[in-house]
Amino acid sequence: METKINIQRLCEVYEIERSFVISICEADLITLYSEGNQDFITVEELPFLERMLRLHQDLGINEEGLHTIHHLLERVTDMKEEIRQLRNRLRLYEDF
Amino acid sequence: MEFIDYYKVLGLDKSATASDIKKAYRKLARKYHPDVNPDDKDAEVKFKQLNEAHAVLSDPEKRKKYDQYGKDWEHAEEFEKAKARQQRSYSSGSGPFTYSGSGAGAEDFSEFFESMFGGGGFGGGRQRQTRFRGQDYNADLELHLRDAFSTHKRTLTVNGKNIRITVPAGIEDGQTIKINGHGGPGVNGGPAGDLYLTFRIHNTTPFKREGANLYKEVEIPLTKAVLGGEITTDTFDGKVKLSVKPGTGNGTRVKLKGKGFPIYKKSGQFGDLFITYQVHIPEQLTPEQEKLFKELEKTGL
Repeated sequence: METKINIQRLCEVYEIERSFVISICEADLITLYSEGNQDFITVEELPFLERMLRLHQDLGINEEGLHTIHHLLERVTDMKEEIRQLRNRLRLYEDF
Repeated sequence: MEFIDYYKVLGLDKSATASDIKKAYRKLARKYHPDVNPDDKDAEVKFKQLNEAHAVLSDPEKRKKYDQYGKDWEHAEEFEKAKARQQRSYSSGSGPFTYSGSGAGAEDFSEFFESMFGGGGFGGGRQRQTRFRGQDYNADLELHLRDAFSTHKRTLTVNGKNIRITVPAGIEDGQTIKINGHGGPGVNGGPAGDLYLTFRIHNTTPFKREGANLYKEVEIPLTKAVLGGEITTDTFDGKVKLSVKPGTGNGTRVKLKGKGFPIYKKSGQFGDLFITYQVHIPEQLTPEQEKLFKELEKTGL
């Protein structure tokens, strides 16, 4: 199975500018790998890039905004996990 | 099937201009977009409604038809027949969205929409577009707590395909695991999406669980609590002998190290089992027992 995807190809299929992908990489949101004169990202990071792309294209969020949203979503994810654990813990005190 | 007030969905009235519609849609879409509301079913539903309202009201032909028939939409079929000879001129993908998110079914339009405007033939809607990577799928898997005690294989059917997965021991209620490549197929040579599996664990055992620790109440006779002695009780997967100390009070808790639940992703490691003693106070005594208690009472106990 393919583990990395050429940036050039991504830009073609998603109809995006290379500069968009590069800016996401420069913000350390995804990692860019270079081999020869080709740049790649890993397949694992593709869903994240797609999400950034949707936010950019659908909602008109600029690159700085994407960075902020990403960090806020990370916090949301952490808080959700904490809530899940607290809910499970709360069951200890229920029905006794 | 109920009439849907698309103007209300967008917070507008019938006099709204195309610009008002676009503005209202964008404003609400920012609020309810699935990518900024992960795992929020209500936001997903709201987002679908917004898309549908926008698909209708931003398309002059559809808006005209909608406005014309309103609550009498069921008669719209005649309108449709009259229009049938006309060449369809709806532009495809006219909206600003090309949402292809992970939420399953985000592309669905209501029965009301389908009835009034027809099915997939319309282009103005928010049809999900997989451009490269396949769609992610979400599924729930219900397990009994006993099934989560040991690592085992399970076969699931997701979207008509059988998938054999390994359920890791120690998985928790509400925990989600990602199964790579078992989502929808990619297009243009793109990779398949992933399957996100959320475990719903039911517990009908006498044990309470928190992470890898288990908790259980065990009733002991009054005499055992006072004098001490041995009891046998169930652990999650067996039995254990416990030595009750003399003078054990009600609510005393003891820890049985390593007798809890498996620790997730740490093979061979277990949490602890906490036993809370509940001292049984007899409600009825035989004459002999009553006599003995009275004698005890005389001793000042």
